[in-house]
Formats: sequence, C-alpha cells, structure tokens
Amino acid sequence: MSLLFFYSLRNLFTRRLTTFLTASGMALVVFVFASILMLAQGLENTLVETGSYDNAVVIRRSSVSEVQSGVERLQAAIVETLPEVALGPRGRPLLVKELVVLITMEKRQSGSPANVVIRGISEDSFLLRPQVTVSVGRTPRPGSSEIIIGRSIEKGFEGADLGKSLFFAMRSWTVVGVFDAGSTGFSSEIWGDVDQLMQAFRRPVYSSLLFRLRESSDFEQVKDRIERDPRLTLEAKRETTYYKDQSEMMAKFLRILGFSLTIVFSVGAIVGGMITMYASVANRTREIGTLRALGFRRKSILIAFLMESLFLGLLGGIAGLFFASFLQFFTVSTTNFQTFSELAFSFSLDVSITLKAVAFALGMGLLGGNLPAIRASGMEIVDALREA
Amino acid sequence: MLLRLVFRNVLRHKLRTALTLCGICVAILSFGLLRTVISAWYAGVEASSANRLITRNAISLIFPLPLSYLERIRGVEGVKTVSYGNWFGGIYIEEKNFFANFAVEPRTYLELYSEYLLPEDQKQAFLRDRRACIVGRKLAKRFDWTVGDLITLRGTIFPGNWEFVLRGIYSGRDHRVDESQFFFHWDYLNETLKKTEPLRADQVGIYILNVANPEHAAETGARVDRVFKNSYAETLTETEKSFQLGFVALTEAILLVIQLVSFVVIVIIMAVAANSMSMSVRERLGEYAVFKTLGFGGAYLGMLILGESLLMAVVGGTGGVLLTFPAARVFLNYLGDYFPIFLVTRQTVIFQGLAALAVGVAAAALPTWRAVRVPIIQALGRIG
Repeated sequence: MSLLFFYSLRNLFTRRLTTFLTASGMALVVFVFASILMLAQGLENTLVETGSYDNAVVIRRSSVSEVQSGVERLQAAIVETLPEVALGPRGRPLLVKELVVLITMEKRQSGSPANVVIRGISEDSFLLRPQVTVSVGRTPRPGSSEIIIGRSIEKGFEGADLGKSLFFAMRSWTVVGVFDAGSTGFSSEIWGDVDQLMQAFRRPVYSSLLFRLRESSDFEQVKDRIERDPRLTLEAKRETTYYKDQSEMMAKFLRILGFSLTIVFSVGAIVGGMITMYASVANRTREIGTLRALGFRRKSILIAFLMESLFLGLLGGIAGLFFASFLQFFTVSTTNFQTFSELAFSFSLDVSITLKAVAFALGMGLLGGNLPAIRASGMEIVDALREA
Repeated sequence: MLLRLVFRNVLRHKLRTALTLCGICVAILSFGLLRTVISAWYAGVEASSANRLITRNAISLIFPLPLSYLERIRGVEGVKTVSYGNWFGGIYIEEKNFFANFAVEPRTYLELYSEYLLPEDQKQAFLRDRRACIVGRKLAKRFDWTVGDLITLRGTIFPGNWEFVLRGIYSGRDHRVDESQFFFHWDYLNETLKKTEPLRADQVGIYILNVANPEHAAETGARVDRVFKNSYAETLTETEKSFQLGFVALTEAILLVIQLVSFVVIVIIMAVAANSMSMSVRERLGEYAVFKTLGFGGAYLGMLILGESLLMAVVGGTGGVLLTFPAARVFLNYLGDYFPIFLVTRQTVIFQGLAALAVGVAAAALPTWRAVRVPIIQALGRIG
C-alpha cells in the first residue's frame, strides 16, 4: 500500500505544471470560501462582544435601533427608579441616559462620506462598558465641548486626531482622547457629554437608556414592568440581543453571498480537478495495466487515484488557508443599513473555519477524482496494456 | 487546413472539452451575474435626473429641516419647483417585508418625478384623499394589493400604526425606474404628529428641487446653501446623482469585495482552462515534433494551440452569456426585495465577452511557449 501512496505523490510531482494549476484553482476557491466564513465570523464576534449579557438597553417601542429611538426625560426618570436597576459605586442607580445621532464624516483614504455614530455619554457610561478603555489621552470632562474617539474612527476618518478639533452641530469639539474597545462596535463611535450634545443638536430627548441589572435573572421581570407601564412607550432588550438583532440583515446578506459564491466556485474547481484526474488516468493507462498485472487489486487502484486527488485538494486547501490567514490583518468598514451607521469589523479565523475549509477542499478533491478513479479501476488488464 | 486541425483537436477529447466548456460557461455566467449585482447597486444613480437637486441637513440625513425653508428655497434664483418628503421607515407586518416608503408632498412630487406614470383618475383620487397612498407595480404584485385596499404600516421613526388606502399603482416610464416604492401624503404624517408629538411636526427630511437648466445646477445648489449658512439647520444641496452616489459609497467595502470576487472567478477559470490546454499539449508533444520536423514554424504551432483555446473560450463564453439572461430572471425572483432593479446591461455582456477572450488567450500562453521551445528529439522520445 505504501508503494501506491508514493506512486500518487510522485505522480503529482512529475506533472508539476498541471498539479500547480489545479491546486491553485482549488486554493482560490478555498480562499474565497474561508474568507467569507471569516468575514461572517468577524461580524458576529464584533456584535456579540459589543454587548454585555447583564446590561439592558431601553429604546422606544418598535424603533429597532437607537438612532430611530427617542426617550423623553420624564420616562427616563421613571425607568431609573425601577428596583431591578443595580446600584453603582456612589450608591446611585447604575443607569446611563444616552443620545445617539449620526454625522457625516469623510473617510481618510477614499474621501467618501460615511455616517458616524456620535454618542452622548454620562459619567457611568465607561463603567457600564468594561470592554471600553481609554488608550490615549483622557475622558471628556462633563459639561465641556470635548470628545473622545474610537480607535477605528481615529484610523479611518479625516481630521480625527488627538488634540485636533472636529466641527459639527455649529460648534468645534476638541478630541481629548482615543478609546480602545477591542473588536466591538464601539470602536466606530465618537463619545461626548450627553447634555452638551443634546443642546448642540437641539434634540430634547434621549435616544436610549442602558443599565446594569441587579440580578441577571431579573431581566424578564424588568422587561415586563417596563413594557406594561402605561406611562412608558418603551421596550427593553438585553444588550447582547440588541446588538445581535442589529446585524441580522447584514449577516444574512453575507451568508447568501458566501453560499452562492462558494457553490459557483466549487463547480469550477471540481471541473478542474476532474479534467486533471481524467488526464492522468488516460496518460497512465499502461502503468495501470502494469500495476494490475503485478497483482494490485482494483480496489487498490481506486484508492491510489482517489488518494492522488485528495492530495491535490489538500494542497489547494492548505495554500488557500495560508493566504486567507493574512486577511486577519485587514479591517472592513462599511455601513450597516439597519442602523444606517458605520461599523468596522475584521476577518477572524478560528479552528472551526480551518476545519471546514480543509474538509471542503478534501470534498472537492474527492468529487473531482471520483469518476476518473472508478474508470481507472475498471480497466481490463489486457486492454490497458495494449493501449498506448 | 489550420481551422480543420483546430476543430479536430477540440473534438479529440470529448469529455475533457465538455468539462472545460462547462467550467468556462459557469465562470462567465457568474461573472455576468456579479457584474449585474454591481450595476443593480448603481440603479438609483442611473435613474437620477440631472434636473433635480436634493437639499438635506448638512449634519447628516437623520436630521430634519424646518418646513419654513420651503418658501425661502422657492425664492432662490434658478429653482423652478420644490417638493419635499420624509423617509418614513414603516414596516409592513414583519421586518423582512422591507420596502422604501416616503411621506411626500404629492402634487409637486408627481410633477417632479414625471417618470412615475399614474393613470389620471388614480392620480386625482390620490390627491384628493389625505390618507391615500400609491405604490409601484412590483410592490403591488409582491403583496397582492389592489386599488382600494387598506394597508397598515408600523412606524419605526414615527411611532404607532398608520393606516393608508391604496389609491393608485404607478409604473415606470422605462426599466430604470424603481417600481417598488410606497408614497403617501406628507400632510397625513404632519397633521398626526401635531397631535401626538408636536415637537416633531413641521419638519422635512429632504427638499427636492427642480432646476430650469441642468448646467446651472451646481450654482443653484450653492446659492441655496448660502441662504442657510450659519443658521440652526445648515443645508447641503447636491445633484440627485451625487446624493444617490453617497448611498453607494456607504457600502463601498461590500461593493469592492463583489468586484474583486468577479475577477477572482475569471482567474480560477483561467487556471482550469490553462490546465486543460497544457494537458492537451503535453499529450501531443510528439505530434508537434513531427510538425516541426516537416518544417512548420513555431508561429503555426502557436496558432494551432491558440485557436483551440480561443474556440473553447468563445463557445463556453457564448453559452455563459446566453445563460445570464434567464439566470438573472431567476435571481430577481429571489432577491427582488434587496434589488428592485436587476437588469443585464450591454456593458456587462461586453465585459463577459472580453473576459472569455482573456481566458482563451491566457490559457494558451504557457502551453504554446512549451510546445514551441521543446527540442524535437526530446519531444519525439518522450513517453506519456
């Protein structure tokens, strides 16, 4: 058996050009397959990490996102007094009332416009989002025209630099810090004092409330209380659910795109694999006859050729994954149409994607090599030896 | 003689030729579909008119402008008609039933958008009834609506359930017009807001301006913006085309990926076709050596190989192009909600043809080089 194993390997080496072309075709397919999976995974990571399970978001009923929502001061005060809201270090309810609006900014490289989230924050906003840390500079002082920007904003947008100021809502705002929110959606936001921003944008209402639950299991109870209260026209969601819902459409789009592309591409690659394997069977008719004459069984021949095609697939798969792994250095920044705002996320490769890609590559190899291998094993010794 | 040899060679390995053709066909087909997706992205830009300007709040689209700007804009030199509207963002039953719905000032809006064709009696009925709405032909078909139906939308930006009576179904003047939109009276929205949320009443999302002369559009836009400079709500006026291009730019990363992928698919099929050609050539090296011995030059051999490769590319490519049209129709059935307009353009077909030719030439390059270069003795003595 080991003889056949080396026979397959050496055959790939002998027909280098063909092996290279077939494997690179498969590598490209695996590359596309893996990159789409990585993109979807990256999007998911970003949105799952953005929320914390113990936090609840309150927005106006049926408003879908913070941008569309509006919460009046009176209603916000009612929610603040609910018993399920945890208490902060100063003994006050750990609840922040925030404003979310969009402004148009220009991207650094392309100069094309994008909608950036401006979030008006209160003192406890950082406390409620432990994943957000100030990396350079400091937090904006309450009551001042100061802002702190997310890392993706600093990287991606024109004029967003520490110490400079941005002009919007008829005021200039000084950038006093940059915050790092890991791979979460907050990295694509700009934060400033909520009261100042509400004044500047002339919006008398908050957009959303965010609070820590006293007990995580209290959520159903507080949700019920908020949604039943006749004074409130609000709805509550766990923060994790809230962010997951927001990316549903984009995630679905990526899935459809990825699925249809993979199908189309794999047809191309399987055809390529089949051509190669048929040719290598046809070229080696005499060799096959010799092997059979030496006493190798039909089954062994079948396995040898399948093995060869699996090697091809594996080669392609490894090469494709190798190149796809470099994608992790790239960040995609695009508009999420559900929130109409900019969101940056990166490709992320994990074990399950690696396994899926390799399995996919082997599957392509198997499918492409199947028919030719059957043909090879089905040859009669005499015919095979006579033909040349 | 050359042509006959090319044809014979193509038909020598029927199975391999069939597989290669099938591969090229699928690749050209998917290339065409991807290009069509890209042009569907630009459908709004294509449908825009040079005569129309859009005025919006300079901060961003989510901020409104006061209704009081209407008369001031109308007074700006060069502006002929002004209409206005709001993105309503209503949901019909479920979120996945998404379609664009706008509250517009009906009389001027229909005047500005003369490409929306509405029968005169339906138009009158629409104008007379404040709760009336009109929808595009495709949208009406999607939900099986007929004139007279009651339609309820759940507001996301403007809370509550909003009831409308369908008074008309418009169709587009040409295929570029989006027939899946929903329009209703801006007054209906505004009067209701006056009762429920008076702070948000009398505010307009965008103004749509008609200019007499498209050559002066840019000046007119700048003039409008100057009027509101340093006011509470500064404006940004741009042509309808650049307004729509702004939307395309928002998703430019995804667009870039699709563009990239459409080229990758061609590269893959190049590899497949080159592979198939190089195998054919390797098998026939002995024959080429005979040709050379007989005195045929490298150019002749090159023509022979290139001809074969091109023939396959052309046949496969034609198949792909022909299949694009029915495939686009199937696509439209499934993705009509995402892309209201999905048409295979002439440009797409030309690109497909060029891509097929490129595949043919590229596939022949390496094998030709090899066949021409190989010494006769070595080629004749080669086995397998």
